[in-house]
Amino acid sequence: MDMPAPNAAILSRKADIVSKLRAVLPEDAVIDDAAETRAYECDALSAYRCPPLAVVLPRSTEEVAAALKICHAEGVPVVPRGSGTSLAGGALPTADCVILGVSRLNRVLETDYANRFIRVQSGRTNLSVTGAVEADGFFYAPDPSSQLACAIAGNVAMNSGGAHCLKYGVTTNNLLGVTLVMMDGTVVEIGGAHLDAGGLDLLGVICGSEGQLGVVTEATLRILRKPEGARPVLIGFNSNEVAGECVSDIIKAGVLPVAIEFMDRPCIRATEDFAHAGYPDCEALLIVEVEGSAAEIDEQLGLIKQIAMKHDPVELRESRSEDESKKIWLGRKSAFGAMGQINDYMCLDGTIPVSSLPFVLRRIGEMSRDYGLDVGNVFHAGDGNMHPLILYNANKPGDLQKCEAFGADILKLCVEVGGCLTGEHGVGIEKRDLMAVQFAPDDLEAQMRVKDVFDPKWLLNPAKVFPLDATAKRRAA
Amino acid sequence: MRPADESALAGAIRAATGPLHIRGGGTRPVGRPVAGEVLETGGLTGITLYEPGSLTLVARAGTPLAEIEATLAADGQRLPFEPPDWGGLLGAKGASTIGGVVAANASGPRRIMAGACRDSLIGVRFVDGTGSVVKNGGRVMKNVTGYDLVKLLAGSWGTLGVLTEVSFKVLPIPESAATVILRGQAAGAAVQAMAAATGSPFEVSGAVWDGDDVLLRIEGFKDSVAYRAGRLTGLLAPFGGVEVEEGRATVDARWAALRDVTALGATPGDVWRLSVKPSDAPGIIAHMGAEAVQLDWAGGLIWARVPPGTDLRDRIGAFAGHATLMRASPEVRARIAPFQPEPAPLAAIAAGLRAKFDPRGILNPGLMG
Repeated sequence: MDMPAPNAAILSRKADIVSKLRAVLPEDAVIDDAAETRAYECDALSAYRCPPLAVVLPRSTEEVAAALKICHAEGVPVVPRGSGTSLAGGALPTADCVILGVSRLNRVLETDYANRFIRVQSGRTNLSVTGAVEADGFFYAPDPSSQLACAIAGNVAMNSGGAHCLKYGVTTNNLLGVTLVMMDGTVVEIGGAHLDAGGLDLLGVICGSEGQLGVVTEATLRILRKPEGARPVLIGFNSNEVAGECVSDIIKAGVLPVAIEFMDRPCIRATEDFAHAGYPDCEALLIVEVEGSAAEIDEQLGLIKQIAMKHDPVELRESRSEDESKKIWLGRKSAFGAMGQINDYMCLDGTIPVSSLPFVLRRIGEMSRDYGLDVGNVFHAGDGNMHPLILYNANKPGDLQKCEAFGADILKLCVEVGGCLTGEHGVGIEKRDLMAVQFAPDDLEAQMRVKDVFDPKWLLNPAKVFPLDATAKRRAA
Repeated sequence: MRPADESALAGAIRAATGPLHIRGGGTRPVGRPVAGEVLETGGLTGITLYEPGSLTLVARAGTPLAEIEATLAADGQRLPFEPPDWGGLLGAKGASTIGGVVAANASGPRRIMAGACRDSLIGVRFVDGTGSVVKNGGRVMKNVTGYDLVKLLAGSWGTLGVLTEVSFKVLPIPESAATVILRGQAAGAAVQAMAAATGSPFEVSGAVWDGDDVLLRIEGFKDSVAYRAGRLTGLLAPFGGVEVEEGRATVDARWAALRDVTALGATPGDVWRLSVKPSDAPGIIAHMGAEAVQLDWAGGLIWARVPPGTDLRDRIGAFAGHATLMRASPEVRARIAPFQPEPAPLAAIAAGLRAKFDPRGILNPGLMG
């Protein structure tokens, strides 16, 4: 993975740039000590590291604007950072950049149940947004696995999803407005408590732009009333194909589960060894969760069981209690940890049409044999968002490169069958060089023109998302 | 001009020497009148992919909406956002196209639960003002690969590019539906009642005040609908007498009329559409001096009919949200900005995007202001 060489002129002006930032920010909001900036050298894609020039940790929109204005005037690249949980390297620094961390912007600004929204500062963690409204019976729907740690700023930047988006959508479907600081320090308000845009839908393109169009400091989020209850059923099958067909049949039948999760045999075995959730020993299992009143749940689960029975399941386990529900989810929730016990792993995130599930799983199995690397599959089957986990040994020379090549082949396969490179993690640096697989030059050009408008000098998170050769001229200008 | 396919359309745009007036079915004559050669998308028709098991449909932009809805219905599915047909309201003839629906980001009452058109839209192909064909998004419902131009194109009224193909996430049509009716409410009480209903766990898929009654729709499996109707009846009892109306045909007909705003359409006058914070709606309509009002989206969407030539923004003063002049004579639409004027920095971004996507300024120039 190449990153552009740092700008030597910026590196040589470090002291001057830092003192200019110190002049407009509180003492403790600017970090330039090498030992302290090291804490910001990577995100959750920890194979890639680089300490930044400096780190700023503002406490207000005004301080964000002041910092950006200086970086803009000095021509210094800025990498915005939420909680640093990106799996795609979205917050990876360059040596000549200032990291702008929003972690101190963590307050709830307004909760409004009558109009069903909450306004928060963007450094607030995803789970603590729900935490702020939970006691009153409400929740914020997008629930990425990292929700305990990840910030709303990063959720907006990556348009994060989660296990429950089959019913509730992803971040962009639950985002009503943002306060955005542009690279030149201009503060703009986009959207608000009302629905949809009056002019062009700028909110829609800001969400998922990976911190390249501006720094979001506040967000207005839709909150929903919690359902009366929820219960899962676990269904085991003797083949991936049959499990895939069952997913399709459930969807067609008119049930809209909140989640349909899929695990294959390698993943089931690993989680059993690790978490002892009592999963059946089978080729594939589904966890299907539905919501509503007790009677509504019974009705929906009844229908799902009826559909599943047509596919000869080896196991059909309906949760009867809170405890049993927890047990069914236990294995799924510890799947990543379990795979991590076996070896280092790389987690992919391609999405495919649900109809292609059986074919893609078979091909991944074949490729796994060709590459000599094991893969476990655990993913959101209802919406086709796969998460193949490729196991490798970081200490074995060449294994990481082999794993990356295998991963690239899987993502190419996702695109071939009509899907995409990333369903919820984002492009970052990880999938940057594969963008040409999915997009023609004109497609990428259209996207880069949007950045030209918001950030004409290409200073915000500049070496991400687009292949470096496609952006070279713009970054140099 | 009526190109037969995408490449002919791209050729027509490349060859254009002056402004183009982009036209789907011609059922949404909204915005500043555009002088220019008419470029119709009606030649680009056909559903190119429909996979009920993947909840996905892809169609060329000129495909009639009716054809798409019929195809989906045959498999028990539908577009989640309930696209409205404003032909009657706006006094337009013709058949709505799916590309026109997207260009207007037109969404019906179910928007409060299922999202807007832009939320169901998962992919687009379009031709920009230089004649380049661009694709974005795709045919899968979770996709964060690159910038989301899908949303940017939805509601851009043909000013950034001419849509040639659109992809949707679709949903099953529920088994049953009912309307819970709360009679005789003033605006303030109506909005409070709708807030109570939409803030309940009972999954209200439509919340309208027709100027008198509050109408709440619930959809789902039969027993579930009956259960939730019962719970809502209890919840709303403090507001007054509640009735429940059942029967698919009755419920569907009622909501189609609300969706298409037929109550405001029959009488002459200008029609405005405002998106606001729901609890602000009663205060805003009190200053409108409107002849007729309908609140949708639990109060978040105001439809208002006013005497011709009224500048409604002048009457209500500053408010949070946006107001669009939907129906008025071309003279009035030339005089009063049909789309909400934006603060300078946002207007500059919008102008910058248009200059990039349509450097010659030939796609529906000026339509959005």
